[in-house]
Amino acid sequence: MTMLEPQPAAASDLGLLLGEIHRIGREVIQPASHDVDAAARFPHEAVAALRDLQLLSAYVPRDLGGMGLDIVQLGKICEVLAHYCGSTAMIFAMHQIQVACIVHHGRGSAWFEQYLRELVDKQWLIASATTELGVGGDLRSSICAVEVEDDRFRLVKKAPVISYGQFADQILVTSRRAPDAASSDQVQVLVQKEETELEPLSTWDTLGFRGTCSLGFVLTATGSSAQVLPVAFDAILSETMHPFSHIVWASLWLGIAADAVNRARAFVRGEARKNPHLPPASSLRLAEVDVVLNGMRNNVNAFTADYHRLLQENDAEAFKSFAFATRTNNLKLSSSQLIVDIVGRAMLICGINGYRNDSKFTLGRHLRDAYGAALMVNNDRIMAHNATMLLALKEA
Amino acid sequence: MLLEKVREIVAQHGRLGTPVAQLTDESDLYEAGLTSLATVGLMLALEDGFDIEFPDNMLSRKTFGSIGSLAAAVEQLTARAAV
Repeated sequence: MTMLEPQPAAASDLGLLLGEIHRIGREVIQPASHDVDAAARFPHEAVAALRDLQLLSAYVPRDLGGMGLDIVQLGKICEVLAHYCGSTAMIFAMHQIQVACIVHHGRGSAWFEQYLRELVDKQWLIASATTELGVGGDLRSSICAVEVEDDRFRLVKKAPVISYGQFADQILVTSRRAPDAASSDQVQVLVQKEETELEPLSTWDTLGFRGTCSLGFVLTATGSSAQVLPVAFDAILSETMHPFSHIVWASLWLGIAADAVNRARAFVRGEARKNPHLPPASSLRLAEVDVVLNGMRNNVNAFTADYHRLLQENDAEAFKSFAFATRTNNLKLSSSQLIVDIVGRAMLICGINGYRNDSKFTLGRHLRDAYGAALMVNNDRIMAHNATMLLALKEA
Repeated sequence: MLLEKVREIVAQHGRLGTPVAQLTDESDLYEAGLTSLATVGLMLALEDGFDIEFPDNMLSRKTFGSIGSLAAAVEQLTARAAV
């Protein structure tokens, strides 16, 4: 599948890199995160710091100049970032999904290989336009179509959501292959900011993930037909976009949950210090939530390791199987529910200090972000897909 | 005969964008608009129509790729059931 297979960085390098990410987390991302959340604004300073560390090309293979990190390492970075700002982690994760689609499926395209080299140099940020008004959230169905004439394309898409679209350098857009193609016969087109007009359709004032600025837009773009990825979207979705998305999202939800538990830990320690001879009642709750967090982490790690192995084995049929698709969905379903459970438990431990917005144990942001997990790509839709696929699967 | 029945079931349950009458036995059903989720309905209807069960390893793009490949799979499974 992948001509441009990413090469893993040495473990010690990753340790150093994670140290640097913690540093920008403390020095840049965390200090801005309150304002990002309160004003529902794009985390400019956080993204600038990610650019400084060359992290926007972290998944670009080394022979093209990137860091050549693998999915396991990227997941870890998403988790770390989420300790400092859920919106920043989400923007980083969504960008990496687009990079992965290009790295895995830009094979044999001179244009996309050159694009990846420039991505390393310029540290471009890529957004995504998959869903469309009128298709009811179904990724595998498009209304808009690429119209190609003399090696130039034109594309108009009414997208109910393009997260951080107005701050991105490129947007990866799904559309029908041609005006006469079936709604499921789709491709992905990488449109350039300079050749794209975005007319806002909606605002973004939500409970959580406020800094992702996920407005809807009418997107009108032109460009070279070389900007169409040379692989059909259904293959990109099953091999890359679907598993990759759920891994990086679940990883950042894990980071939010772990940070909530860290606050609960600090709170319980404080209580224990007040009375060293008798463990506080909240310490039992801490022991309980630690079990749940551990389960969530194991789940994320196990699926990520499986996907990493499948990528290395290059087994295109395995990605297309219902068994793999349902397992991918199961990761999303379970981790999006566990994050709410875990943050809720941490809140009970911290009590009124977790409930307050002005306490160092505050968990309001965690809770608001946590509820987004089940709603972005709605769990009910995913559950319905699994229910259908499970009808066909005979063996568990 | 078997081919005609497969054709009829594809027409009823395939949810294709292209009318089945316009497809040959070799036409790519995915290009004609068959989606991965729609293959489930198609599979259940074929199982019901021919009294067979598709094993998990036959739930592939290869099996569902065309009316011809579906008919071959059904033939193979009915032969197996008859043994």
